[in-house]
Amino acid sequence: MMAAQNVKHALFCAIITLVISYPILGLKLEAAGIRVVLTGADASTLVAIVAAAVAVFVFQLFRDTIFKGLGRLPSFSPLANREPMSQEKRARVESIALILLLMAALTWPFFASRGSVDLATLVLIYVMLALGLNVVVGLAGLLDLGYVAFYAVGAYTFALLHQYFDFTFWQALFVGSGLAAFTGMLLGFPVLRLRGDYLAIVTLGFGEIIRILLNNWTQLTGGPNGIGGIPDPTLFGMEFGRRVKEEGNISFHEFFNIPYDSNHKIIFLYLIALVLATFTALVIRRFMKMPVGRAWEALREDEIAARSLGLNRTSIKLSAFTIGAFFAGFAGTVFASKQGFISPESFVFLESAIILAIVVLGGMGSQLGVILAAIAVTILPELAREFSEYRMLIFGAAMVTMMVWRPQGLMPVRRIPIKLKKAE
Amino acid sequence: MLVLDNIHTHYGKIEALHGVSVEIKKGEIVSLIGANGAGKTTMLMTVCGTPQASAGRITFQGRDITHQPTASIMRSGIAIVPEGRRVFPGLTVTENLHMGGFFNTKAEISKSQAHVFELFPRLKEREDQRAGTMSGGEQQMLAIGRALMSKPQMIILDEPSLGLAPLVIKQIFEIIGQLRDEGITVFLVEQNANQALALADRGYVLETGKIRLHDTGKNLLANPEVRKAYLGG
Repeated sequence: MMAAQNVKHALFCAIITLVISYPILGLKLEAAGIRVVLTGADASTLVAIVAAAVAVFVFQLFRDTIFKGLGRLPSFSPLANREPMSQEKRARVESIALILLLMAALTWPFFASRGSVDLATLVLIYVMLALGLNVVVGLAGLLDLGYVAFYAVGAYTFALLHQYFDFTFWQALFVGSGLAAFTGMLLGFPVLRLRGDYLAIVTLGFGEIIRILLNNWTQLTGGPNGIGGIPDPTLFGMEFGRRVKEEGNISFHEFFNIPYDSNHKIIFLYLIALVLATFTALVIRRFMKMPVGRAWEALREDEIAARSLGLNRTSIKLSAFTIGAFFAGFAGTVFASKQGFISPESFVFLESAIILAIVVLGGMGSQLGVILAAIAVTILPELAREFSEYRMLIFGAAMVTMMVWRPQGLMPVRRIPIKLKKAE
Repeated sequence: MLVLDNIHTHYGKIEALHGVSVEIKKGEIVSLIGANGAGKTTMLMTVCGTPQASAGRITFQGRDITHQPTASIMRSGIAIVPEGRRVFPGLTVTENLHMGGFFNTKAEISKSQAHVFELFPRLKEREDQRAGTMSGGEQQMLAIGRALMSKPQMIILDEPSLGLAPLVIKQIFEIIGQLRDEGITVFLVEQNANQALALADRGYVLETGKIRLHDTGKNLLANPEVRKAYLGG
């Protein structure tokens, strides 16, 4: 009985392997003159596909035996049988690690290549986004699938304010995130009574509304053509370009009397992103320790119980939405400045999904985990670039493996016991 | 202390309570018994403002709370231990207790916490444990402890004996008696009619959305009608 079931399951897995891999690997589109011709792959690829299916079949057939055998092997990790660290020690190690990480992040770009600093800036943008979404999803437990809308609001606010009113990065940063926060609050009102799946659908719709609005309001936003010429940030009025664009400004290399280097601009933007991401992390950390942070968690755990204790559902949910959206606006402004050009293309649903994936991968509610996951998720597709067309496949496989291996996330949140002084 | 005057409650078009009047005086234990679906929980929910009564008047300490929002009712000196305990499973025991004292100062919280640990020494042993990993009885103790953290004048318990072992139920009922001795008014809603009425000063019997009987706890226990319907003859 058991064996028959195993054979059935293994056969099923092997067929799935064939069905998935044959169209991807075994079929090729080739241009023959002006027509596109579908051709089969060569024999070696076909053999490889069949071999893969056989391998899957054999593995699934003897899965129980293999895993039993693995369980009996002595653990290779020297850390496996170690006692867990005490809370205080762990907190100390964690803060030292964070400080070292920050120091490395501060000095690293001066020795790294231009491309990797640029990528690191993108990583930091995702860190900000993920930390913001972590408030909504991880702490308050409100599944938001349209988070990218607030990111778009931040980016477009900067782009439009620059285009029409000549705002600089620093002015737009707070207007943009403020406006994103306001949008977050607006979205909060209609969804107050919704939970779970219903909430997810409404937020998903909201994200699409913003994107479609940006796409179709051609007069204001330029529609699919996007908005270009978004300026870089300035340092106390100093610009980083070779020539000064705005009157009254001076350029950075002239002021310090050093030769012009196009890397300065990239590094400066990276440092701004680093400062803003650190600011985001610290502010949200502060919120988590405040009563409102505990109220978010209580509401996530049990809404009815939270209300029975006199907590106001409306204000708690709205605060989570608003604060989450505020930091998306932050990220949006930096993103607009980094790209110099934005269009609705950058704010599709896939972005929301990736940010959500970062939060889930990192461990809901855990800040350090979310930061690590943001780094992993942004860099992995870049590292896998040499696999060209298979890189998203590898990315997907990595995510699936990760969730099977550690469903609680990279670094699940720990409960830090609150200690109160004895009553006098 | 708490007066429900001719309360009607609707779920959509369906009327669940057809004019219920109940009065609870300061320092009493009042039990409400009734079968499944009689409207016991609906009645408690109406006191808490979710759903709000469609007709009638609820006053607490002389103040009309009929149309107050839930949050402000729950901050006015009433605490409820909801049906099925509803502790925050991912939070530790201490954190659960602190949520109960959310609107109090730190000094008040540590004082009430010490008091709760005195009432339930078991919770003290488990203070850093996640609430979801504790046994049903311990969770019920935590739910009661959490409700006490706000220093309420009145505590409402919805089926505190649900799904617990007889020994634990006995313990919980002892604690409820102790609360009354401390001056907290108790409104106890139970299916476990025997113990609920034995403990109560007065009792009400709710049947299909109406108060059927109202007497002292002792008299109700002796009442042949009650014995037949709720105490198994």
